[in-house]
Amino acid sequence: MLALIAYLALLTFVLGFGWRIWTYWRSPAPLKIPTTPAPVCKSGVVWRLFTEVAFFNSLFKGNKWTWLGGYLFHAALALVLIRHLRYFVQPLPEAFAYIQIAGIVAGLAMVGGLGFLLVRRFWVDRTRYISSFADYAILVLLLAIGISGLLMQFVFRPDIVEIKSAMLGWVTFQGFSTPEDALFVVHFLLVLVLMVIFPFSKLMHLGGIFFSPTRNQVDNPREQKHVNPWAVAE
Amino acid sequence: MAHLRPYPAAEKHMTPLDFPGTRVENWQQKGIEKLGEMLHKYRSLQVYMDICVKCGACADKCHYYLGTGDPNNMPVQRAELLRSVYRRYFTPAGKLFPKLVRATDFDETALQKWFTYFHQCSQCRRCSVFCPYGIDTAEISMAAREIMDAIGVGHKYTTEIVGKVHAIGNNLGIPGPALTGTLQFLEDDLLDNTGHEIRLPLDQEGADVLLVAPSADFFSEPHISSLMGYAKVFHQAGISFTISSFASEAANFGMFIGSFAQKQKIAKRIADKARELRVKRIVVGECGHAWRVAYSFWNTLNGPFDFLDPNYPVPQHICEFTHQLNERGALVFDKEANDDLTVTFHDSCNVARASRMGPSAGGQFEIPRALIRATTNKFVEMDADTIRERTFCCGGGGGLLTDELMDLRVRGVLPRITALKRVMEEDGVNYVALICAICKAQFNKMFPMYGIPMEAVGGVHALVNNAIQIGAKRGIV
Repeated sequence: MLALIAYLALLTFVLGFGWRIWTYWRSPAPLKIPTTPAPVCKSGVVWRLFTEVAFFNSLFKGNKWTWLGGYLFHAALALVLIRHLRYFVQPLPEAFAYIQIAGIVAGLAMVGGLGFLLVRRFWVDRTRYISSFADYAILVLLLAIGISGLLMQFVFRPDIVEIKSAMLGWVTFQGFSTPEDALFVVHFLLVLVLMVIFPFSKLMHLGGIFFSPTRNQVDNPREQKHVNPWAVAE
Repeated sequence: MAHLRPYPAAEKHMTPLDFPGTRVENWQQKGIEKLGEMLHKYRSLQVYMDICVKCGACADKCHYYLGTGDPNNMPVQRAELLRSVYRRYFTPAGKLFPKLVRATDFDETALQKWFTYFHQCSQCRRCSVFCPYGIDTAEISMAAREIMDAIGVGHKYTTEIVGKVHAIGNNLGIPGPALTGTLQFLEDDLLDNTGHEIRLPLDQEGADVLLVAPSADFFSEPHISSLMGYAKVFHQAGISFTISSFASEAANFGMFIGSFAQKQKIAKRIADKARELRVKRIVVGECGHAWRVAYSFWNTLNGPFDFLDPNYPVPQHICEFTHQLNERGALVFDKEANDDLTVTFHDSCNVARASRMGPSAGGQFEIPRALIRATTNKFVEMDADTIRERTFCCGGGGGLLTDELMDLRVRGVLPRITALKRVMEEDGVNYVALICAICKAQFNKMFPMYGIPMEAVGGVHALVNNAIQIGAKRGIV
């Protein structure tokens, strides 16, 4: 049963994500609208996008507290995801031993960052005003995933061998039987929920940022004619 | 509250722009269809509808929010007015669980909010600087205005002005004969004041340069001083130029209403006149959004401009033009002529955040400042959070420079006034130089309300006008 749900969730995530990216890809950018000052060459644009994704440059300019919470969460999440590869890779390369501790510390930082973002969203009048149920729900879901993961790390240690064999079966499309540990099943189900809502929610900022014309366009409209594909020549 | 909501357009304003004269019968359905069409035409709109995480970084960046305290003026919330309708009709979540994701029907309440708040955005793009994804509320408010136009719910001020441009050639509706008279009068004035025959030619075929200035430059103070400044630069450099009576307007309100077709049509008459008058270059006067349209959009709208001299960028900003001549030693400035002034520079939003001057990024900040330093002795910057890419809008951009929005304009200018008052008190600043016709008109009206003399605003080329030495020769041209 869990295997069926897991495959449906994976399918929804992959197809849904691909469908949104395809939508962004095929929609035309009729005019040059980079927010200036903007890079005047392509390599400059690559650098601009890199600094946005790696350091959250614009957000840093905008609000230091939000940057702090957001950056802490995202950077920690990246480390946690890398550490989680150990449950999906066999045999395990030696390098994984070195990031084990960093990954566990990041798990704590991630929950801390999320908690900060949740409190901030509720506490600050402006963000409370703009927040819907969905905005809180996503934070709570991520928190629940993080906390259930930490509990498995620090309190209720599950049978990791059994879980790893199930996960390997899942990602190699050989199927798997539900592991016995209830905490793990909760953790895994919550991740599947996240995968299902991902393409239909604001979480699409992960792919969407690369398509933002104000950030990904070269500032060279005088040097090079930018053609609007749907314009009718007058 | 009074004076926070624009007048709706009447049939006579809408039909010349090919918009329905009155609200169409099935406006809800038509509006939603139009939104669907826009999503397929504008990647910006599609992406910005989806990816906002509502982090709130933009919330306190909008001058109208800071001035009015109305939560619907937080850029994120303004965008939500459109986004909540998008979710309702275009996303699974909004179709299935509208309450959970705050999706709303496109009903009378939603439309009234759109009409109010998408006309409380000056499309200044300050929010997009601070957004982690670069979400540009200007794109969103332009789209909302285009949807409203498509269902016959237009904005009187902007549509009326676009109509004047099509019928007469400029925003102010100055007809050819009146323009001829004004320019002759100004030429006489220049002769009296300088003793030199400084010309302001109209419709002169074969001139080197077509000068396209905002029509306010022909009409009102403090704009006219800049026009005289341009004329003196051309005269001193020995470069012939002409103004066109039909393309006597740099402004392009097609941008404010978001219509690609109108933008293109308005811009086309300038390209056509440049061809007809057989000029070699086009120079654009001190006008903010006009420079955005010219710099960023002209090539797309009506390019390529391969009939012009390839040695110069098309178009050139008057500040680029004057700066280049000065760098080459063609101009002589007497800075002391401006010694009664302590100057600060107000970056206009469309120049600062939507265009460039010169070959490198940020030239739009450096070149006007270089001109101010070349023509004055006392230059002071305002607070770093309120200049360059972080500059505050004057409060009158985006098609909001109209009397019925007076209350909004008074509140919207507040963040700029606050920074200005500080340098006035601390550094004795008594002159705000800038390069936008809308900013000039807005400040001119707002300054007295805040106890600042009306004369404390003017163009960068008004400083050039004061300092330039006519007849003096130095180096090569």
